[in-house]
Amino acid sequence: MFDWFAQIGKNAIEFYARLGKEVLLFIQTLLAFVPLVLRPGLIVQQIYSVGVRSMLIIIVSGFFVGMVLGLQGYNTLVDFGAEESLGVVVALSLVRELGPVVTALLFAGRAGSALTAEIGLMKATEQLSGLEMMAVNPVDRILAPRLLAGIISMPLLAAMFSAVGIFGGYLVGVDLLGVDEGSYWSQMQAKVDFDQDIVNGVIKSFVFGVVATWIAVYEGYTCIPTSEGVSRATTRTVVYSALVVLGLDFLLTALML
Amino acid sequence: MSSNSRVLEISVGIFVAVGIAALLVLAVNVSNVGGFSSGQQYTVTANFDNISGLKARSQVAIAGVTVGRVVNITVDPVTFEAVVEMTIDSQFDEVPVDSSVGIYTAGLLGEKYVGIEPGGAPDFLEEGSVIRLTQSSIVLEKLISQFLFSQSDEDK
Repeated sequence: MFDWFAQIGKNAIEFYARLGKEVLLFIQTLLAFVPLVLRPGLIVQQIYSVGVRSMLIIIVSGFFVGMVLGLQGYNTLVDFGAEESLGVVVALSLVRELGPVVTALLFAGRAGSALTAEIGLMKATEQLSGLEMMAVNPVDRILAPRLLAGIISMPLLAAMFSAVGIFGGYLVGVDLLGVDEGSYWSQMQAKVDFDQDIVNGVIKSFVFGVVATWIAVYEGYTCIPTSEGVSRATTRTVVYSALVVLGLDFLLTALML
Repeated sequence: MSSNSRVLEISVGIFVAVGIAALLVLAVNVSNVGGFSSGQQYTVTANFDNISGLKARSQVAIAGVTVGRVVNITVDPVTFEAVVEMTIDSQFDEVPVDSSVGIYTAGLLGEKYVGIEPGGAPDFLEEGSVIRLTQSSIVLEKLISQFLFSQSDEDK
């Protein structure tokens, strides 16, 4: 009977200890942003591997998502004779939801997994310990530039996704299905609000950028330093990022509506 | 090595520029930023019996041209009338005080908006003015039920 309670207590203590360590590490990493100002080269390099190399998949997926929205939206709206509102449907669903969320999911799969594997392998091959031996703090040198690069890249990638998607919806809706070009844009401009919709989308993508990159970096930094441990950590990165992003999306939408 | 890091810097530069350009496109081309949210405005209020369907952020129009937005809708606790607060761009500061306002629908199924019919008084609306002449929104259900009742009366 007492064993049972002891087990619960042990689990709870371990859980909070892990949580506390993670929060402490997060704060340490955030504090390490300050000295990074003196070494912008590190950030540029990470933005290249995290952001620039994710650009292609983001733009191509954004284009296709926009085109699908155009097709589906048109087929539904045309029943009500409201196909002029196609621009609104495409723009609002992309800017508010699909842009930030799908970008974050793709980002976790494309950049997050690579970050975890990279840092995990650094740990497995004892490069992190090597850095510490040379009195270089791996939090400053490895974690902070990667986290900052992810935070900078995500909102930009999400904006690209939405913009390209709206263009894809335009191609399908206006050029292919014959929605009036003027009403596509003018209805969109009349209904999409800068403060309510665009800014909320940017806030979302910023939060997702922090969360997805942090999960990737943390899983890599704390993985078991074996090949199996790295592979597990990489899987966990993608799964956790996807779950947390989708859960947070609901929460943020509920807060901002 | 130096040419390599040059390529890297250029590609990052392009990435950031494209990202910011996409944000700008979203802000300028997709949303209505700078429409009537910026610049000088003045606030006027009007009381309506019924606003059915008017929302904050709805348009305020003179002759069909948007001149402002509804910012707030509340209920007067004493008269139980809807108090609609709207901002009008200061560029349109010569709207006569005896102008009347009505709530109209853009198209049969469109959004509700506030339309201002300018009057002829020499004084103009200013910050805090209350517009007296108001015409409430037409509630379609009431209209239909009136029509049905009048029909059934005729049958007798």
